Amino acid sequence: MEDAAKKLETQPQTTPKTLTGSEILWDTLVNQGVEVVFGYPGGAIMPAYDAMIKYPVRHVLVRHEQGAAHMADGYARASGKVGVCIATSGPGATNLVTGLANAMLDSIPMVAITGQVASGLLGSDAFQETDITGVSLPITKHNIMVTRPEEICQALKEAFYIASSGRPGPVVVDITKDAQQKSCEYVYDPSPVRLPGYRPDYHPIDKDIARAIDLIHSAERPVLFCGHGVIQSNATQELLELVEKTQIPVACTLLGLGGFPATHKRALGMMGMHGEAWVNRAIQEADLLIAVGMRFDDRVTGNLKTYAPGAKKIHIELDPAEINKNVHVDLPLVGDARQILQQILPHVKSCKIQPWLDYIEDLKGETAVIEIQHLPDHGKLYAAHVIHDLWRYTDGKALVVTDVGQHQMWEAQYYKHDHPRKLVTSGGLGTMGFALPAAIGAKFACPDDDVWVIAGDGGFQMTAAELTTCAQEGIKVNVAIINNGYLGMVRQWQQFFYGGRYVATPMKSPDFVKLADAHGLLGLRVTERAQVKAAVERARAHEGSVVIDFRVEQEDAVYPMVPAGADLHDMIRRPQSHNPIYETGEDE
Amino acid sequence: MTESSHSLRTFVAYVEDRPGVLNRIASLFRRRNYNIVSLNVGRTHEAGISRMTFQMEADDDMARRIEANLYKMVHVLSVEDITNTQSVIRDLALIKVRVGPERRAEVLQILSVFRAHAVDLGTETLTVEITGKQEKIDGLVATLRPFGIVEMVQTGTVAMTRGNQGAAARAAHTEDASGIAAA
Repeated sequence: MEDAAKKLETQPQTTPKTLTGSEILWDTLVNQGVEVVFGYPGGAIMPAYDAMIKYPVRHVLVRHEQGAAHMADGYARASGKVGVCIATSGPGATNLVTGLANAMLDSIPMVAITGQVASGLLGSDAFQETDITGVSLPITKHNIMVTRPEEICQALKEAFYIASSGRPGPVVVDITKDAQQKSCEYVYDPSPVRLPGYRPDYHPIDKDIARAIDLIHSAERPVLFCGHGVIQSNATQELLELVEKTQIPVACTLLGLGGFPATHKRALGMMGMHGEAWVNRAIQEADLLIAVGMRFDDRVTGNLKTYAPGAKKIHIELDPAEINKNVHVDLPLVGDARQILQQILPHVKSCKIQPWLDYIEDLKGETAVIEIQHLPDHGKLYAAHVIHDLWRYTDGKALVVTDVGQHQMWEAQYYKHDHPRKLVTSGGLGTMGFALPAAIGAKFACPDDDVWVIAGDGGFQMTAAELTTCAQEGIKVNVAIINNGYLGMVRQWQQFFYGGRYVATPMKSPDFVKLADAHGLLGLRVTERAQVKAAVERARAHEGSVVIDFRVEQEDAVYPMVPAGADLHDMIRRPQSHNPIYETGEDE
Repeated sequence: MTESSHSLRTFVAYVEDRPGVLNRIASLFRRRNYNIVSLNVGRTHEAGISRMTFQMEADDDMARRIEANLYKMVHVLSVEDITNTQSVIRDLALIKVRVGPERRAEVLQILSVFRAHAVDLGTETLTVEITGKQEKIDGLVATLRPFGIVEMVQTGTVAMTRGNQGAAARAAHTEDASGIAAA
């Protein structure tokens, strides 16, 4: 957006021209720095599509509008910029709904443009009329309906500003067909958006910063939490410096993974329901939690009544409505994570917490031995091994986009992300079908990255049609299907909590190799661990998209697991007696 | 976690006067499971700005989050919890009482006790207007009930803080500098 503004300074457009609403739409998008949009045409958005070819914007034709929303989402997560999707009225707009809700819960900056029936038909139940501003109200940060061409530029500027400022989120701009068709005098106005009721910037007072520093210095058993806000506010460097200075260990939320280098000696790993045992135990025994850019989701805390009972809590968070929502905190610092860490950094000293660090090492040592990665194998293929090997053979540098379920948790546990924006995953909403379209969006954001989809056989089939998008648009993504023939996470819950009754979880899939082949893409099948390396290397070397069908153990479970609502230290652990697993690959 | 008990809270909000704003706010309350006791919206002396008064049962933490969530809405200019501020709090009710000429004087006497007054007269009914706090209105309704109440309508509560100070909120929304950012 800054680049676009600079361009305008050098080439001021001062003479108004008569443009159609559609032309104004694209001119505004170009001025906002938009290079790619993901969409699907239809009646009420056809004027906009007709005008698109005159503007330097790449359009990606999706196979379902849900895919368009996830692509815009994946693009935004990988780039940090606003992702844009476009759809027609009625079913086009309602098909975006899951993607909007997904972006809302994970605070993703996104603008969705929908066509609407002509303003004279509004409210008449016209063909393909849906009240999408009404439908999307609770699942967007904001939405705007436009009925006149004169309003289009301003509405889009507001949308981009609202989507990307403060706590980001999706914004819908619904534009009637006649507003797209009619013309008006237009000149792009680069001046800042003025919204008197919208004040996204908060700053903590100095006294509270000083109190935070005192709390940090007096703690004996502190733990830092790295949430999504660390990545979104580009605070990874500041967090790293804070840890280097204080030596406080860091636990990540699912969306915070990559916000702190996973291979750093003070990285604990992921917390919560499928967090490492030592992480959750450290949290429960801590005397200070410093939560940065996270919202104490129920998957992170378990039973709130017994959560981190001995810990004082500092909550660094941009959204004041998140303070004391789930966990009562002792010191809220409301504002941008990066700015707050910058305020804290100059005043912190090394913390004397060696006994605590030694204690955590002991916890690790005690529990790490029963991790699947280190257990002996009997020749079968385990998802954890696949993901561990994928990490090894992509040098830990891939941009990984996961779907939702067991494979997602194994990815979080076994793919060590050292850099931000290299893990794209649906956290809050847990949207199956997210991975493939989000990966396409991420590939547009980072064309030079080695983009991998990790999806289950269930989630992959929800949006598998987007493989055709990969083929048509010539996009290179590598798809690793962790195929266990079940809706694995639901099956695991059935195993643990529903008496082992596998109702509606056994799942038949098409032959994924043939499916890839039918798209003119490369399909591979892997059934033993010894084949993993060659398959990963072949996929990386191949020019087009590749689908690998990893036929993994069918009834493996994700461990450890804190049952929903249970105490965080109350974990179900991997049974040691059965499931003997042998290590076959050479590990470093 | 400190447990504070739920009590009736009164909030004043200034919002932009444009279509759909009430829907957005009502939708927020529904989604967050906040239960509205009373809600009033009306124009103010400033063009384009509406003022809302709403009451809900909430504890301290919840009241703060209600405020914070409202602030996040683009069309909400300001919000203030005036529960603990000295305020004038009023409802207005119209009550149509079944009363013929023979007992009219008796009813009018009751009205003068409640400082209510008659605003319409039918052959068999009398319409009463009363403003005041909810308890006062409830008191009048109880007194008139034996006569027979034909119908009744009541506004939501409106509130204004006492003294020279306007709702702090008012200062906030006239400050022009807020809400400006780079496009």
